[in-house]
Amino acid sequence: MTTQLNSSFRGTQDLPKWLSPTLLVSFFLASFGLQVLIASNSDSAEINFIPVAIFGLLGFTVAIYVISRVIEGVRKATDRLVTIMVSTAFSLALIPLLSLAYTVATKGVARFDAEFFTFSMRNVVGEGGGALHAIIGTIEITGIATLISVPIGIMAAIYLVEYGRGTIARLVTFFVDVMTGVPSIVAGLFAYALFVIFFGPGVRMGLGGAIALSLLMIPVVIRATEEMLKIVPNELREAAYALGVPKWLTVLKVVLPTSLAGIATGIMIAIARVIGETAPLLLIAGFTASMNYNPLDERMMTLPVFVYTSYANQGVDMQAYLDRAWAGALTLMLIVMVLNLVARLISKYFSPKG
Amino acid sequence: MTDTKPKAVRRLGDIVFANLAFFAGVSILATLATVAAFLFAQSVPAFTGPPIDAASEGFFSYVLPFVFGTVYASVIGLAIATPLAVGIALYISHFANRRFAQILGYAVDLLAAIPSVVYGLWGILVLAPFLSPTFNWLNANLGWIPMFAGQVSATGRTMLTVGIVLAIMVLPIMAALIREIFLQTPRLHEEAALALGATRWEMIKMAVLPFGRPGIISAAMLGLGRALGETMAVAMVLSPAAVVSFAVLTSTNSNTIAANIALQFPEAGGNYTNLLIATGLVLFAITMVVNMIARWVISRRAEFSGAN
Repeated sequence: MTTQLNSSFRGTQDLPKWLSPTLLVSFFLASFGLQVLIASNSDSAEINFIPVAIFGLLGFTVAIYVISRVIEGVRKATDRLVTIMVSTAFSLALIPLLSLAYTVATKGVARFDAEFFTFSMRNVVGEGGGALHAIIGTIEITGIATLISVPIGIMAAIYLVEYGRGTIARLVTFFVDVMTGVPSIVAGLFAYALFVIFFGPGVRMGLGGAIALSLLMIPVVIRATEEMLKIVPNELREAAYALGVPKWLTVLKVVLPTSLAGIATGIMIAIARVIGETAPLLLIAGFTASMNYNPLDERMMTLPVFVYTSYANQGVDMQAYLDRAWAGALTLMLIVMVLNLVARLISKYFSPKG
Repeated sequence: MTDTKPKAVRRLGDIVFANLAFFAGVSILATLATVAAFLFAQSVPAFTGPPIDAASEGFFSYVLPFVFGTVYASVIGLAIATPLAVGIALYISHFANRRFAQILGYAVDLLAAIPSVVYGLWGILVLAPFLSPTFNWLNANLGWIPMFAGQVSATGRTMLTVGIVLAIMVLPIMAALIREIFLQTPRLHEEAALALGATRWEMIKMAVLPFGRPGIISAAMLGLGRALGETMAVAMVLSPAAVVSFAVLTSTNSNTIAANIALQFPEAGGNYTNLLIATGLVLFAITMVVNMIARWVISRRAEFSGAN
């Protein structure tokens, strides 16, 4: 017992604050130097940065653990070890984000020009051409999907928060959650299975894409609206009832306006989520090189499908197709980021203060 | 016996509005039922109609490799993503300073918003060539493990690459969910642990992790649901073959259901379409079960913890 106590309280001194960052930097420098040495001795002149990072980090971890264990005791040493592991996990996750943003930005700018936004791909082989047809398609299909999902989503959320009691409400809540997990490709298959009944096999139609997207969008809208309606204080509703306002007018004129900013934010995020969906549109809206303004007639190109087909159906001049794919990806990411940013700004500046 | 209670006034507006809301709510149930019914109706010809070349040995031997590929890719993705997600969530909720953490949270959310087709493009043109040397090293040094055995793919378009892409894709959602749950840890538990002299890690081990365990499990299940249904990234990155294989470094990989549909559907005609829809129904059933279990775990937790 005594020895246990002794060992766990051994070393009550703290490490000086400057030690840890100094060690980290010096181990990375040492690891880098070692790699330079190895590279200069072998034939390959390139320095591989993965081993630099791995050995630098490993060396630092071992050193700090040993030092801390001797000076501060085993408990603090474990604490330092976990801190390093958690920070490493976090930085690891940032690497793909940075790499993705960097790649899309640098490769996307090559064709991010006026022609890209003013021409379709009709009669284009090799260089040139643009994604106007895809942008029009994306705007139309996402627009229709929003028009379908927003009223249904908001009404369903009102049902859940203001009216829903008992088994049915609980079932709806549960299945809204389940619905958020419906794979997007299944939504596309559903739209196809629905439209086949009316238009026969092999149907391709922009409206079908909108149906598929709204299937993915409705649960997101419901969830967001529900959260917002729930935080409207009950005092507001009771005040309205006390003045003799009917329930439906209370909801329409008191509850909804109060939570409008939050609902708008939720809708923006829902749009951002479905605007990048590829799989369902590939199935039901199909792909084409020409402009098509009519969602009720034939194939309709969309931006995500444009990115995919540019990559998948590369022509003779491979680089031109890849450049267009990256430019499409850049456009898509910018749209998604702007939507997210606008959503945040709405919720920041228009939500009720209190 | 006379009823002395005053009757509530039923206004027309109230009745109409309440019913509208009710039907909107019920339409969710109806929609899900319709999805299942229509997919089922369209799958039937695959079994009753003339035989299809692709599935000459029957539907189940056709779909089996895809089911395996779907589950295998998702499990690899999840095995990578879960520890990282817990780490990220801990970092944002308990290690980073408050202001910095908010910005970090936004960065992680941003990862979730990136369209899957962009991940696919990045996965095939950047990640796969980048990982290729590592695969050679794994095969040379750890080739005795069956997972890493076999002829290494020259392009890097392997199951392991797909697993890593899937991990990156589900990471933000999982991290965000777990972070929310960690932030709900009762403040008094944490402070009590710290007051007793616990280090930060001991506090996390004693107060945060036991509280968050069901949350971690359900987040992993939701991530699994996402990964199972992910289409484009897999369709673009994986080089598929109709096999059941545990090797993760070769160029013959079991394809996933979703990716197979995306690759075949645009050119499919006649009965083949129905066959693909039938595989879609299988995928729908798998993801439904996974999601329902996840939601069930979450709802159970909400009852006993008093949080939410």
